[in-house]
Amino acid sequence: MGIPLYWWLAVAAALFCLGLYGALSRKNAIGVLLGIELMLNAVNINLVVFWRYITPQALTGQIFAMFVIGIAAAEAAAGLAIIIAAYRQRDTVVVDELDMMHW
Amino acid sequence: MGFFFNLTPFVPLFPLLAFAVIILFTHRNNRLSSNIAIGGITLSTVIAWGIVAATIAGGERTRTEGWQLSIPWLPAGTSVLDIGLAVDGLSAAMLFMVPFVCLMIFIYSQGYMNLGKANQDPRYARFFAYMSLFAAGMLGLVVARDLLFAFISWEVMGLCSYLLIGFWSFRNRNTEDHIDEAQVDRAKKAGLKAFITTGIGDVLLLAGIALLYSYTGTLTFRELFQPETLAALQQQTLLGMPAVTVIALLIFGGAVGKSAQFPLHVWLPDAMEGPTPVSALIHAATMVAAGVYLVARTMPLFIAGFDYTSAPALYWVAIIGAITVLLGATIGLAQDDIKRVLAYSTISQLGYRMMGLGLGGVVVGIVHLLTHAFFKALLFLGAGSVIHGMEHGHHAMSHHAPGDLAESREDESFNANDMKQMGGLRHRMPRTVWPYLFGTLALVGLAPFAGFWSKDEILGEAFVGWQHTLAIDHHLLVWLAGTVGVFLTALYMGRQLALVFWGRPRHQAAAQAHESPNSRTVPLMILAGFALVGGFANAPFLGSPLHHFMADIHQASHLVNVAATEFNFVVAGMSTILAVTGLLAGWLLYRNYQAGQVEPFKRYLGPVFTVLERKYYIDEFYQLAIVQPVVWLADQVFNFDYRWVIDPFVNLVAAIGRWAADISGVFDSVAIDTFLVEGVARAFNAAGRWLRYTQTGRVQNYLLVVVVTVLMLVGLYLYL
Amino acid sequence: MLTNQMVQILVFVILTIMTLGGGLGVVSSRNLFHSALFLVLSLVGVVGYYALLDAGFLAVVQLLIYVGAIAVLILFAIMLSRGLMARRQHQRNEQWWIAALVVLLVFVVLLVVLGQVDWPVADEQALLSPNVSVGQLGQVLLGPYMIPFEVISVLLLAALVGAIILARET
Repeated sequence: MGIPLYWWLAVAAALFCLGLYGALSRKNAIGVLLGIELMLNAVNINLVVFWRYITPQALTGQIFAMFVIGIAAAEAAAGLAIIIAAYRQRDTVVVDELDMMHW
Repeated sequence: MGFFFNLTPFVPLFPLLAFAVIILFTHRNNRLSSNIAIGGITLSTVIAWGIVAATIAGGERTRTEGWQLSIPWLPAGTSVLDIGLAVDGLSAAMLFMVPFVCLMIFIYSQGYMNLGKANQDPRYARFFAYMSLFAAGMLGLVVARDLLFAFISWEVMGLCSYLLIGFWSFRNRNTEDHIDEAQVDRAKKAGLKAFITTGIGDVLLLAGIALLYSYTGTLTFRELFQPETLAALQQQTLLGMPAVTVIALLIFGGAVGKSAQFPLHVWLPDAMEGPTPVSALIHAATMVAAGVYLVARTMPLFIAGFDYTSAPALYWVAIIGAITVLLGATIGLAQDDIKRVLAYSTISQLGYRMMGLGLGGVVVGIVHLLTHAFFKALLFLGAGSVIHGMEHGHHAMSHHAPGDLAESREDESFNANDMKQMGGLRHRMPRTVWPYLFGTLALVGLAPFAGFWSKDEILGEAFVGWQHTLAIDHHLLVWLAGTVGVFLTALYMGRQLALVFWGRPRHQAAAQAHESPNSRTVPLMILAGFALVGGFANAPFLGSPLHHFMADIHQASHLVNVAATEFNFVVAGMSTILAVTGLLAGWLLYRNYQAGQVEPFKRYLGPVFTVLERKYYIDEFYQLAIVQPVVWLADQVFNFDYRWVIDPFVNLVAAIGRWAADISGVFDSVAIDTFLVEGVARAFNAAGRWLRYTQTGRVQNYLLVVVVTVLMLVGLYLYL
Repeated sequence: MLTNQMVQILVFVILTIMTLGGGLGVVSSRNLFHSALFLVLSLVGVVGYYALLDAGFLAVVQLLIYVGAIAVLILFAIMLSRGLMARRQHQRNEQWWIAALVVLLVFVVLLVVLGQVDWPVADEQALLSPNVSVGQLGQVLLGPYMIPFEVISVLLLAALVGAIILARET
């Protein structure tokens, strides 16, 4: 492979940080969900990169990436359903206004 | 016989299947649902007893090495996470008790939840589904081969405790006519309290498991307890202690939560808000037994590297146990709710088990667990029978006297759980009183009832240990706490018996109480039989057979002492005398108690009694320790000062015009009041407001805090 | 003359611009609909990464599930709750600048830590051609990984049922 491992890891870290920033700073719950999707993708890149560079014989990395995709699908479905339900009940998708755990 | 071992997976699986079938398919048919639940646990019981028989017949090899099954669960990188099942002497002993007591409780519940009657619980089927899942969790824990599976089962139980304690908080306003809003609220809070309080312990346990895995790379009990593994763990240091001690303390933290030890005991008495069979299940067969079982199971971790100063894991187990014994027993003296007395009694008896384990005695702790499960289930089911009888009496009372109907409806003071309104029930409920009496004698520990043998073994072990060293150490402490605990136990049980079954009825409902039907009294009688003879299983004159049966599994680690202590007449005699004295004292004091009188204990103990009645104010303390009351307090102080300090200040200003001579005095008031008194109030208020911002309820704030914390931990890890 | 390595690096750079640029768009766009479209761009970039890493099957899975299903799902959700978001409001909450600082710190720490580790990279020969066929993946998935595989399918089913129950009009 012509590309150093460190580049890959740096790109994944950057993507993860972008996602984290989105999850922390977005006002809209769907925006938060988008950030989480970015983070999951960053993790997946890492899994595949480590498989490719460190244990190309074992398939663990690829398999786990597939599991992560599956879980991400479940998370997106449940998360969006919650957002839709909250939208119906409280008429908002702004995370700051969904503060039922508030003192 | 060995054939039964291969059926082990079905022991937790049948109740689990019952849960799934009820939830998914049969929840519309109540009778079928409860029968499925009972059928599931019956099959479990049959298999479990088959396994017990096979273990007994299998001889020593089966008891120590037993049978195991490993399922490769998740290959992760270079290692594979296994989960698996195993049976050996210790789990076999538990397998004898758990499914059977569950079965008794299930049968009882069918009557308790009023199957087929007009007032049948609307979520009847769901109740049995949750109970089945609860039983499955406990059985899973008992047959777990490794900490991973044990933890999964542990958490399943945590979930079920929440669902069942808060069972009556999910009442549907559209389908039920009369809902006691206060009860709904209490149930909701109790469920949350149990879940969060035990959750604190669970986090500690998970941390312990993670540490253990990072050091040893395995979570299987048998591999962990190899002498080499333990020695390696002893050599590592963490936080100035051997790593093994830190891990043991973290695991014990989990047990403190689940087994309601001080200071996390507060959830257990509130767990009364669930239906009575749930209390019986939690207090006897499942939840609280789980913590004790886990400590017994991981005992080599506690003993490894044990000495008082640098590796005090066992020491703390004994200390916490001793505190809990005294705490539970003294609070039990001052409670009026029949189930609450039993709840504090459970806490105190759990303390005995922890003390037993703290002495390094796996067997004494577990034997007490087994005997206690039988008689405490009996007492709780008996209490449920009494409460139902009282409710019946109350119902009949308003029924038979239609003229007084309006009055009885307004009879707000009636509380079916209040012992002070009972009295004389031995005539009204002749089939409940005898089993209840048996349970009481077993709890108090009078020969030949079950509690005598198991409790005295703990005390005997402590006493002998003390005689060996003659130093003021935890052996002496355990023995003293245990002996005082015997007296206190007898005292509150004597009070309870006198209040509930003796004397004259102190409320119309008690005078018209009804005996419960057979579906409820027959399980009581069966359990009473076990309360009578259960202790003989490990009686010293039979050679303490359970010692070898259970403790052999820990021989591999070369650490656990399995020999039984000899029967000690001094210890047994003393506790018997104290128990009889306590019972008689309680009974004599309360025999002639009349409604409305000041309680005898209160007469003699005065303010101490109030402290006990309020449970040492621990709940209040915890309430104060969280943020909202701080704000409340600050507001109160602020208001108080405004009303009492500012107003006089205003008056003083008015007085200036009249008494100009007093200027210097006024100046003092101004300086002191505004800067000191009011300043303090302002500071409190500001602190309250400021602290309040940490509880924003906004998930993104919390996430930010998590990220910052992780960053700080990484920083610590990198540069320390 | 373009060597194989140069081509790889060129492709990598283009994909990185797609992925990170898309990611930046996701978190900074004021219009949520645009955010979601940027997410699609970013996800397609990741598809390219997988292809570059010789994980062909995974690339297809990524394209199908992420781009095909999840992104479309999100677009639907945005359109369903659109009435509210049409009211132009700030898309950032008040803690965004703290978040930006903290995240920047996280990124720096990650870069430093990742640089310090001595990764046990496999030798040249092994790196050349992993040649994983879909058949092999399938065998492993239904062999050693069967239990997690089944658990994930149950999880998906549960999420599906849960989503229907949550979002159903009552």
